[in-house]
Amino acid sequence: MGMTEAILLTIATAATPLLLAAIGELVVERSGVLNLGVEGMMLMGAVVAFGTALTTGNAWLGIAAGAIAGAVFSLLFGFLALTLVTNQVATGLALTLLGIGLSGMIGEAFVGQPGVKLGAISIPVLSDIPLVGRLLFGQDPMFYISLALTGGVMWFLFRTRAGLTLRSVGDSHSSAHALGIKVIAIRYMAVMFGGACAGLAGAQLSLVYTTQWIENMTAGRGWIALALVVFASWRPWRVLAGAYLFGAITIAQLHIQATNLRDLADWPAPLFWIAEAVKSIPSQFLSSLPYLATIVVLVLISRNRRLTMMNTPASLGRPFVPDR
Amino acid sequence: MKRTLLALAASAAVLITAGAASAQEKTKACFIYVGPIGDFGWSYQHHQGALEMQEALGGEEKVELAYLESVPEGADAERALERFARSGCDIIFTTSFGYMDATNSVAGRFPDVKFEHATGFKREHPNVSTYNSKFHEGRYVQGVIAGHMSEAGVAGYIASFPIPEVVMGINAFVLGAQSVNPDFAVKVVWANTWFDPGKEADAAKVLIDQGVDIITQHTDSTAPMQVAAERGIKAFGQASDMIKFGPETQLTSIIDDWGHYYTERVKAVMDGTWEQVDVWEGMAEEHVVMAPYTNMPDDVKAQAEAIEAKIKSGEFDPFTGPINKQDGTQWLADGEVAEEGELLGLNFYVEGVDDTLPQ
Repeated sequence: MGMTEAILLTIATAATPLLLAAIGELVVERSGVLNLGVEGMMLMGAVVAFGTALTTGNAWLGIAAGAIAGAVFSLLFGFLALTLVTNQVATGLALTLLGIGLSGMIGEAFVGQPGVKLGAISIPVLSDIPLVGRLLFGQDPMFYISLALTGGVMWFLFRTRAGLTLRSVGDSHSSAHALGIKVIAIRYMAVMFGGACAGLAGAQLSLVYTTQWIENMTAGRGWIALALVVFASWRPWRVLAGAYLFGAITIAQLHIQATNLRDLADWPAPLFWIAEAVKSIPSQFLSSLPYLATIVVLVLISRNRRLTMMNTPASLGRPFVPDR
Repeated sequence: MKRTLLALAASAAVLITAGAASAQEKTKACFIYVGPIGDFGWSYQHHQGALEMQEALGGEEKVELAYLESVPEGADAERALERFARSGCDIIFTTSFGYMDATNSVAGRFPDVKFEHATGFKREHPNVSTYNSKFHEGRYVQGVIAGHMSEAGVAGYIASFPIPEVVMGINAFVLGAQSVNPDFAVKVVWANTWFDPGKEADAAKVLIDQGVDIITQHTDSTAPMQVAAERGIKAFGQASDMIKFGPETQLTSIIDDWGHYYTERVKAVMDGTWEQVDVWEGMAEEHVVMAPYTNMPDDVKAQAEAIEAKIKSGEFDPFTGPINKQDGTQWLADGEVAEEGELLGLNFYVEGVDDTLPQ
């Protein structure tokens, strides 16, 4: 396995949970609901997936249980924010706090236990193709699920009537309501889809990325997923690009740190100088690069206000009460 | 707002008191942890020590145990401490560096309560003690093992933050490895976090892709061990015994064993003999314990045991000269042993570390 291939594989594993969580949240926000509970739902998915896989010995059951756990947990948000019309921001934050605590409590017995790994698939011949073989045909199933979900969401949102309905609910819930569309029901479904995706992202973390359960193991990835949705200006393919950009910068900075200049001594001078300059950057700065890059891109794409306004679901975060 | 919510949730949800406070003769020992006790690392080991202490001193009949998890360092810590002090704690252990000022400030207001602060150096009142462990002794032993076991002659080191304790560990590891193989190199990756399983796993993968065949870490999760196991190389555990995560991978692990110390100190409170101390103990006192030496040939194991015995007996100190600083200037003359005070503020690499220390 060559270095380039190894780097690409590592990037794919790092980007997958972000992509899964973000693509789910994108659908939620497209329906006009802001659910800040992604981190909590991911943790619930991670702990339930881990526990199920551990007790049944089957990683696939774990993945399914993780998705279901995320969806069920998101119903709590749905009930509060959609049925009781509570403040969405506060409810989402509460969901995250609850998810952190509850997952820690459920997972107490799982701490320090090696779990069941969802292994990579391997297609004979195809996965032996140099450079792209393992990348395209030899990865873990979650990688393919995340890509399939992204493609599916793209098709659903922009190529189906149901997708158009969902977007119309997000853009103007009153008009949609006037047309007889069941706004609340559609939003419930979107929220549950987002929960299931966050649950899958958590399951990927505890069954593929690292095969273990530790309290708070998402370490902020739910928040990054939320930022990615805005970063992508609510467009699925941009979420894909953003997740992989974030993953790539994260892995690249680790590689920069681990590379010794001595090993590059045979590089031509201009390249070596660049390497030397990059190596002289403090690691703290390198660690913050993925976040900085996100902010920079956010600034760049929001410069065109009209375009941003056009992409933002107009009813995002606004409460909806049918008879008012 | 979020911060307040978090603090409220933390203080309301996790205050757990074992057994009811009924009898006067019970001693109440209280602990403040920086992380969840389920981190399987730093806070987990402190809590194990607390439980061991309770067991050793006669169980719930004699010792009442109370603890707070995930207490943020800073102002919240002071509130938590003050509440503990008012609730009848006889002795309070604050188990993270960042509680230093809060511990001293509350200790001044509650002269009858004993305070024990881990890894700090401020003792502003007679009722404040500090305690720490010489983890670097274990790191030196690991270095010796790595020097023998690595075929590539390159180890990967996943580091957290450039604080003296971590720098000390890297230096000790390199010195140990180079005592066996003078050409031994270490690739250091700063994760800039204590705890992020995903990122730690990424760092381990990156290091392995770059050709290291041994991984050691100064971050808290078991993720690097698992990555090493998947890729079929060897690794060292951290803070707790991680053999379950790499039955054929773990060479040994540095285990933080706080149980002896907690037992000794709470017993002193019971007997009325508690006095201020500044403790920095290592392998000799079994504050730092090496997990069984596994997955290595018998001769390497013998070498590791020999160097461990030498450090324990005081015959050898990992920081014994001649040692040069990274830039080649002399740090310790031949036979000179580093002073504890200097080690506790260590902010430079020794010669042979192949990394630029973040400042």
